[in-house]
Amino acid sequence: MHVCTVVPISLTIGANRIVPAIGIPYPLGNPTLGEKKSYEIREGLVRRALKTLTVPVEEQTVFEEDF
Amino acid sequence: MICGDNYFGSHIESGVVDEILELIRPLSPDAFVAGPAFNAGRYGVACGTMAKAVQDALSIPVVSGMYRENPGVDMFRKDIYIIETKDSSADMRNAAPKMAKLLKKLVNGEEVLGPKEEGYLEKGIRVNYFNERRGSERAVELLVRKIKGEETYTDYPMPVIDHVAPAPPLKDLSKAKIALITSGGVVPQGNPDHIESSSATKWGKYSIAGMDHADKKDFMTIHGGYDRAFITEDPDLCIPVDALRKLEKEGVIGKLTDYFITTTGTGTATNSSKRFAEEYIPLLKEDGVDAVLMVST
Amino acid sequence: MKLELGKIHIHDVKFGEKTEIRSGVLYVNADELRELVLRDDRLIDCHVELAHPGESVRITPVKDVIEPRLKVEGPGVVFPGVMGKVTEVGHGKTYCMDGLCVVTVGKIVGFQEGVIDMSGPAAEYCPFSKTQNVCVVIEPKEGLETHVYESAGRMAGLSAATYLAKALKDQTPDETEVFETKPLLEQAAQYPDLPRVGYIHMLQSQGLLHDTYYYGVDAKQIVPTIMYPEEIFDGAIISGNCVAPCDKVTTYHHLHNPVIEDLFRQHGKTVNFMGVILTNENVFLMDKERHSDMTSKLCEYLGLEGVLLTEEGYGNPDTDLMMNCKKTTQRGTKVVIITDEFPGRDGKSYSLADVCKEADTMISCGNGNVVIHFPAMDRLIGTQDFIEMQIGGWVGCKNEDGSFDAEIQIIIASTIANGFNKLCARGY
Repeated sequence: MHVCTVVPISLTIGANRIVPAIGIPYPLGNPTLGEKKSYEIREGLVRRALKTLTVPVEEQTVFEEDF
Repeated sequence: MICGDNYFGSHIESGVVDEILELIRPLSPDAFVAGPAFNAGRYGVACGTMAKAVQDALSIPVVSGMYRENPGVDMFRKDIYIIETKDSSADMRNAAPKMAKLLKKLVNGEEVLGPKEEGYLEKGIRVNYFNERRGSERAVELLVRKIKGEETYTDYPMPVIDHVAPAPPLKDLSKAKIALITSGGVVPQGNPDHIESSSATKWGKYSIAGMDHADKKDFMTIHGGYDRAFITEDPDLCIPVDALRKLEKEGVIGKLTDYFITTTGTGTATNSSKRFAEEYIPLLKEDGVDAVLMVST
Repeated sequence: MKLELGKIHIHDVKFGEKTEIRSGVLYVNADELRELVLRDDRLIDCHVELAHPGESVRITPVKDVIEPRLKVEGPGVVFPGVMGKVTEVGHGKTYCMDGLCVVTVGKIVGFQEGVIDMSGPAAEYCPFSKTQNVCVVIEPKEGLETHVYESAGRMAGLSAATYLAKALKDQTPDETEVFETKPLLEQAAQYPDLPRVGYIHMLQSQGLLHDTYYYGVDAKQIVPTIMYPEEIFDGAIISGNCVAPCDKVTTYHHLHNPVIEDLFRQHGKTVNFMGVILTNENVFLMDKERHSDMTSKLCEYLGLEGVLLTEEGYGNPDTDLMMNCKKTTQRGTKVVIITDEFPGRDGKSYSLADVCKEADTMISCGNGNVVIHFPAMDRLIGTQDFIEMQIGGWVGCKNEDGSFDAEIQIIIASTIANGFNKLCARGY
């Protein structure tokens, strides 16, 4: 599965399970919000990313939100 | 050399390519022609396969001829010269002289011009040249034509990018071994394998064994395509070792591999990326990896 | 808005006691220039060197290239909001040194600074191999934070150009061009039979070494806006970036934006040039979505029948390029894209990081991955210590005699993605 900021590129190149990241200079977390909050964001995204591996997908799918 | 399409198609795995190569080799040819296959699909694939095999094994010029929609075209256009023909053998009269002319040039080492001039199907190799006019001037003229509904052109036809079918889901995430891969350019301090900051030609596999997070003492980023200040300070922003370790402890995942795999994504050729994957996938398989978390910046 | 641009041709540059122009030769008082640059306490040393076309000279690592310009009539100063008060520019009269550039040189901030060779095979690819160059070589204080060093380098170049531009004051232009754009409705009415066209100018705005400034505003903070094209000739936009050297839009290239120049050449003949839409290339997807929406909205709102679209850099900005192309086309404005290509050293990979079917008319500015040989030069301005790290180089690419091999993307502006050069790629 692919965690990335620029989802359109991920779709163009053909990733099938996609989780949108925060931004190019900090895909997993947001250091401008402090270390604690940044980590919480990261853990949330990693959890969602791993969970996409447990569900069947028929076509390219962007997992915009926790599910 | 005559070989039936069906025989060729059904004996690829049992070595028909080598069989034919060994028939050709003793003749010590200076060049090799396969086809033209026109729109015959299996024949096209056979022509392409043999032409490429001869080119690789004997290092001599090869030429084939096919109709644009022959499946052999997409399979082999990047590797060999394929003269564009019409869809039936009625075109032999046109196709054969073009193939002969191009082959002669190749044998004599003369300059091969572009696909339009020589009549071959574009190999998809991007070659530089100096146009008579600068790009902006051509662009203004092209825009006017487009607005007026006149005939237009493009310097670069948009490619159709091949996709793969989604992988089936994991049976049990809590028993799965997960590998971490990034194109964010995170490497050990000092960049021991000299991975490039842009247009990478290399990838690296580095240890995260025993680490509960990715520390800036151990890792740096060499990616030339973004402001590196944040990831330099906290590499977990790109390689989330801290979060994965926590989930490993909690039993959400079975195991995180003892290493991560990394390269620089910016400007890196898609064919290089493809090669990287072909190189590291066997290692992942051997290591029993069930799934991969890929992070791009 | 109406601007007269007077060009004073400069065919040589020499050191002299007084900074002045005599018979097309610029004389530079190096001590005065050096002292001015060193007023910035972030720099500990500076020296000035001259480079002429055809010489066996290599300049590297190059940060920016700037043409000296002087406002002689009308409000404001050249580089408004940066080298003086922020006042709208683009009105009145401006003089420029045609054929002369300031080149800022200094050890690298990142990997993105490039090479200019004044002769040899690499010179063919570089517009600044053909100009008289005043090189300002700077030495930063030890341990300067990277953003601070970038800013010091940027200001050194702009200060030097502003200083030299004073020599233009009492000159008589060898050539004068007049540019005029009327307010929207009047402009539309002026050439009712010609297609209304515009230009979507994407400014690089990705952070350190990838920034651009518009009237002193960091472009990552703007939302898409409209600009009179004349404003750019007075330095309303400056470069704060080094992206990859090959497609860096130097400050020189903003002053000489080729799309704007060529649209003016056809203004009133084959097109009715309505204006410029500025947008950026940010690092968050939300910005990319919002700004491509706004850009296409502005095209529709201005009633444009066609636009030219350029980007700066490669990789994720290709997505901004495609989003702008797609949305603008879908809202009814025809689009022609200008960009450069990175298909790998063998030329066989995809040229762009993103694609869309609406991008069916693209002008290529060449393949930046082609490897060429850079022979050793008699004189070096700057240092070759970083060649292996600079984009386009690799570890082991440099030889002991000072020659090296590298992709042409190491050359400043070799494949600049706005059509300034004649370089192009085609399929073989």
